[in-house]
Amino acid sequence: MQAFSYTAPDTVQGVLDELSAHAKSGERAQVLAGGTDMLVQLRGADRAPRAIVDIKKLAETNAVEIGADNVFVGACVPGALLSSNDQLKALFPGLVESVDLIGSAQIQGRASIGGNLCNASPAGDTIPALIANQGRCRIASPSGTRELAVEDFVVDVQKNVLAADEFLLGIDFPRPTTNTADAYLRFIPRTEMDIAVAGAGVSITVENGRCSAARVAIGAVARTVMLVPAAAAALVGTSLTETDLVAAQNAASDAAQPISDKRGTAEYRKKVVGVLLRRAIERAIQRLQESNS
Amino acid sequence: MKVHVTTTINGDEIEFLCPPEQTLLDTLRDDLELTGTKEGCGTGDCGACSVLLNGRLVCACLMLGVEAEGQDIETIEGMSEAGELHVLQRKFLEHAALQCGICTPGFLIAAKALLEQEPDPDETTVRYWLAGNLCRCTGYDKIIRAVQDAAAELRG
Repeated sequence: MQAFSYTAPDTVQGVLDELSAHAKSGERAQVLAGGTDMLVQLRGADRAPRAIVDIKKLAETNAVEIGADNVFVGACVPGALLSSNDQLKALFPGLVESVDLIGSAQIQGRASIGGNLCNASPAGDTIPALIANQGRCRIASPSGTRELAVEDFVVDVQKNVLAADEFLLGIDFPRPTTNTADAYLRFIPRTEMDIAVAGAGVSITVENGRCSAARVAIGAVARTVMLVPAAAAALVGTSLTETDLVAAQNAASDAAQPISDKRGTAEYRKKVVGVLLRRAIERAIQRLQESNS
Repeated sequence: MKVHVTTTINGDEIEFLCPPEQTLLDTLRDDLELTGTKEGCGTGDCGACSVLLNGRLVCACLMLGVEAEGQDIETIEGMSEAGELHVLQRKFLEHAALQCGICTPGFLIAAKALLEQEPDPDETTVRYWLAGNLCRCTGYDKIIRAVQDAAAELRG
């Protein structure tokens, strides 16, 4: 391919047709959502021409649907709109905070959950929160819409499962009950505008004083964000005492497989990710107490 | 191949042709001669290229020109009205909230977006909101004071 091209179809089929045509011809195509990662890449290491397929003109990718049993967040909804959606914030405070942690007010004006997930950074802040909340990717493909758990979507550093003729429409979640709360915490060396050294997302359900369900995901401590069943298992069936939280903390530290880089050593990240998880669980418990008091 | 784009900038309907890979920032500065919007980092870190897109704060360096199709964009050139400086512009001058001035248009646009949704922000709110705008001259204090003073005047 000798030059850039740009299309912005206004139907799902239109996008699929574009992607299929490029897949068949072997031309490189890239799906554009908010662009806050992609434009940096375009001006940096990866300047090669490609067909840019903008999916922001679709009703589906811009939708936020809060139903009785299911919540759908379109792939392109910018963070600023998610943070100002009070109903969404009440249902998924941790998820909305994970979005809001990314970049500045300017970035929030464009950056989306779909983009953050597809970019597939090990440190992507929304990904642990998406996994903790049982997010399922709604993927448009030539044979119809398919679903995939978020924890199975990212396969390696900056690699996701999408085929060249597929794209992400958005994320579905089971609507949390009033007994369920989430939280996401990350550590950065300052308070704003930085990339996670480690992050931990959790969702817990508490019935009659006992934890009946839990999901734990940790970020920036492996090649991909990890679901940690052992940390969740340390919580389920317990009354979430200090001892139980420490067990979950240790399970997260044990599961982490971090690297050492300028942001922190592997040893440090293993420790910090456990501490973050414990604090995230405490925050989720506090949310349940506040909402049920 | 260039793409034909129709958009609204500072209330005027504008048409332009631009290559698909060209940023909105380059389109504004190089093709439309709206050079008030500055380029600092070009990677969305410094906020010098802040513009409003349908009233929402964004970096013009992180948007393609072609993405402006059908949108409503406001740049620093649209901030004063009928030759009168916007309150924020006046307060930046009164408080000497600038030295070299490169970051100033971005700060003004970002501050305007803040005051439209939060008429009475405390200092912490202003500092966090403006965390995406970098200034290497002022040390920020004068900028924060100017924004809060402008907010007070706008509240009346």
